[in-house]
Amino acid sequence: MHDRAYLSTRKGLFELQRKAAGWELGPVHFLGEPVSITLADARDGAVYAALNLGHFGVKLHRKDAGADSWTEIAAPAYPPKPEDSSDTVEWKNKLIWALEAGGVDEPGVLWAGTNPGGLFKSRDRGQSWELQRSLWDVPQRSEWFGGGYDAPGIHSICVDPRNSAHVLVAVSCGGVWRTENGGDSWALSATGMRADYMPPELNENEAVQDPHRIARSQGSPDSLWCQHHNGMWRSGDNGHRWEEMTGVPVSNFGFAVAAHPHDGNTAWFAPAEADQRRIPVGAAMAVTRTSDGGKSFTVLREGLPQQHCYDLVYRHGLAVSGDGRSLLMASTTGGVWVSDNAGDSWRTVSTTLPPVYAVCFG
Amino acid sequence: MARLLFTQQLARFTSVPQVDTEADRLRAALDSAFDINPLLRGYVLDEQGHLRENVVVFIDGRRSTDRVRLDDPLRPDSTVHILQALSGG
Repeated sequence: MHDRAYLSTRKGLFELQRKAAGWELGPVHFLGEPVSITLADARDGAVYAALNLGHFGVKLHRKDAGADSWTEIAAPAYPPKPEDSSDTVEWKNKLIWALEAGGVDEPGVLWAGTNPGGLFKSRDRGQSWELQRSLWDVPQRSEWFGGGYDAPGIHSICVDPRNSAHVLVAVSCGGVWRTENGGDSWALSATGMRADYMPPELNENEAVQDPHRIARSQGSPDSLWCQHHNGMWRSGDNGHRWEEMTGVPVSNFGFAVAAHPHDGNTAWFAPAEADQRRIPVGAAMAVTRTSDGGKSFTVLREGLPQQHCYDLVYRHGLAVSGDGRSLLMASTTGGVWVSDNAGDSWRTVSTTLPPVYAVCFG
Repeated sequence: MARLLFTQQLARFTSVPQVDTEADRLRAALDSAFDINPLLRGYVLDEQGHLRENVVVFIDGRRSTDRVRLDDPLRPDSTVHILQALSGG
C-alpha cells in the first residue's frame, strides 16, 4: 500500500501523504511552475518531475531516494531538422506528456512521450535521451495531427512487464503503436478503433485514432483499456485487437482510465459529457467501474460533488495504487479526491488546488 | 566590451552571470555566457538554437530582429538585456 502520491499541477508539484486520519497535502515542490507529469520510479525510489516553464521551456528534474533536493537533468531534445525536410512539425520539445520507467530488468531505462510526437528513451536515469527515430520516421506520422494541442503528442507508454522490449504507446492523434524489439521498429496496433471525427472513408484508419489514454493491468498484462475520443475500448490480447465497450452508463466520453493492477477485468473511468461540452454529466461528478471486462459498469458517486460541479479529469488525472483499492483523482479546477475502497466512496482532499495535469502514487 | 544582463527570473533555476564580451554578434555574445554556465543555454535557446519564443532580447533598447540566426550586431559598448516576454506568463 502506498502512503505517498504526487499531483502535477499548473503551479507546482504537490505531495500527498497518507496519515492516520487519511490523505493530507504535504510538501510542495517547484511552487508556481507548471509541472506536466511526474514519475515515481518504483525500481530505485527516484522521482522525476517534468516542468514546462512558460518562458524557458521544458525541463526535467530528479530527486533520488532519500535525497532532500532535486537535480536538473537533461530534458529530451529533438535533433536538428534537416534543411530539406518537408515535415511541417517543428522539431522542438514543447511538452513532456508521458514519463514511464522501463522494465524491472533494465534499471535506468526511462521512456518519455512528448509533444510534438517524439518518443525518447534514456538508458541512464535521464542523464541523456535519444529520440526514437524508428517511430519518428514512420511514414504514417504525416497523417498524425494535434488533439487539444496544435501538434500530436504521445501521452501513454505501456511497457509489458513480461518482456521489457515489448512497449505500446498511444498518440493523440496518431493511433496506438507497438514495438516488440525495444524500439528498433514499430507497427500500428489500433485495430478495431473508430474515428467518427474523420470522413467516413477514414474512420478505421489506425494512424488517425485518438486514444485519449491507455492503461495496462500490470498483473494481467494482456488486458489493456482505452478511453478514446469516440468511446471506450478494451483489448484482451495485448492490443492486437480492440473491442468497443457499448451501453456504458453516464457517458462514453472522457479522458482518464485506470487499470486494476492485478485483475484484468477491472478498470475505472472518469466520464465527461461530450467533446463539445467537457463537464461532468449533469454537473455531477462520477466515476464508472467495470469488474467484468467492460460488459457492465457501476456508477460511483458517494463523496463526489453532485451539484454545480464542472471539474474535468485530464487523461493522467486518475490513478490506482498497487493494492487495487486506493484511488486518486484530480481535476482541472483543483478538486482532489481519494478512495480507499476501490471507488465505492470518496473523500475530498482539496477543492482549491491549481489545475491538476497528472496524478500518481509513489 | 558589450555587456549581457540576464533577467533575475532565471536565477530561480540556474546561475545568471553578468558577462562582458568582445563578441560583435548576438549569438557569439550569448555563447560566451553559455561557456560560463552551460545550463543557461537551454533556458534561453531551444534545441534548434533558436531564441525561445517567450524570451526576448533588447540590444541598446531595441528588440533583436532575428530569432533564428541571432546575428544582430553589437557595438563594443552595447548593453544586451535577455528578458522573459510577457507572452509566456
